[in-house]
Amino acid sequence: MDERNAIVDLIPRLRRYARALVGDRSAADDLVQDTLERAWSKFHLYRGGTDLRAWLFTVMHNVHVNRVRAQRPVDVLPDDGPETPQHGAQADPLMIRDLERALASLPAEQREVLLLVALEDMSYDEAARTLGVPIGTVMSRLSRGRERLRLKMFDVPVAAKLTVVK
Amino acid sequence: MSTELPITEADLQAFIDGRLTDGRRVEVEAWLASRPDEALRVAQLRGQREALHDLYDPVLDEPVPERLVRAAGRSRRSRGYALAAGWIAIGAVAGVLAGWQLHDWQSRRLPAVSEGASIARNAAIAHATYSPEVRHPVEVGADQEAHLVAWLSKRLGEKVRAPTLKAAGLSLMGGRLLPGAGDPAKGPQPAPVAQFMYQGAKGQRVTLYVRTEARSHDETAFRFAREGNVRVFYWIDRSFGYALSSSDLDRSQLQRVADLVYQQLEP
Repeated sequence: MDERNAIVDLIPRLRRYARALVGDRSAADDLVQDTLERAWSKFHLYRGGTDLRAWLFTVMHNVHVNRVRAQRPVDVLPDDGPETPQHGAQADPLMIRDLERALASLPAEQREVLLLVALEDMSYDEAARTLGVPIGTVMSRLSRGRERLRLKMFDVPVAAKLTVVK
Repeated sequence: MSTELPITEADLQAFIDGRLTDGRRVEVEAWLASRPDEALRVAQLRGQREALHDLYDPVLDEPVPERLVRAAGRSRRSRGYALAAGWIAIGAVAGVLAGWQLHDWQSRRLPAVSEGASIARNAAIAHATYSPEVRHPVEVGADQEAHLVAWLSKRLGEKVRAPTLKAAGLSLMGGRLLPGAGDPAKGPQPAPVAQFMYQGAKGQRVTLYVRTEARSHDETAFRFAREGNVRVFYWIDRSFGYALSSSDLDRSQLQRVADLVYQQLEP
């Protein structure tokens, strides 16, 4: 049961990603549990020798998307909607609750890419394959997600966000 | 000196993630040195990366809940079923393999049967996997039939329908999406497959497996296959391949259901 041990070894990483993705601890572990059960029941589809981690994250992505779809019709946030940076009292920008809340406010597709790259340290190519999207989509979601998160975390004047480099 | 390519947003992202070559990194650093606003933004984004690790890395050190360790070696069924189900699955696969070899031998006289035989085999595996499910036999229940049919049609790229099998005493439980069989590393991803599940008054289960056919095929007559303890009637009709599977119904009962399906799906 080498494969099973390899999967078990990856559980902490799946949990970390799920926690960041859905926020709530027990909801995150439910997502991990569904992912593991689905992965095991579809293990015959896994091609030995390829990246087991990427495969498990793909399964988790699919499980998550199906759950989100079952709960809410669509993600209501536009991909690049207007920002409303909060001015006023400058809080500690790295305050944990702020970061969690800011992360939760991102469109799900931007949050996924950001977490796979920044937290899971996947290459852009791995993230693209895991999510089944082109690499250009990964780059644009990553850039937008990071910028949106930054504007929520820091007290940035609106004009500053227009300095987009091309 | 290298040819100085303009610094793009993608370069800045790769800089933040430490994924630039040394040469390019030096160029980006030089570029940022003369642009304090951009340098501040990039520094904040690097800090964001670190903050995410500070916030979530402690999860890596938490003890893994026992339920997750158990889930790593178990399919979607309750614990008590796991071992028995495992043996059933092994038996089904062994039966399928044996059936496949037999089929291969037979198919020498029957050209074009291999396409149909693969649908029978895949349908039998899917039936053996999901029909014993107690808690999660389907992904979307029959109470949301309109949603189910719309969803599966969208994913298959063809309009599919769930036939009514009341005349055979079977009611629709719901359905699920399955990955198409094939090797994703080679060529385009195979289209996904739909599975509808039906149940009779005594708990007999029948699944209808519906697959879109990439190539245009001549229609085939009903064919019968027995894969392990799963009986399958399958046929290809224009752009769809169908397989009706059950281990609870005998051959003549299953044929009657197949007739019902065929009549309803005929446009």
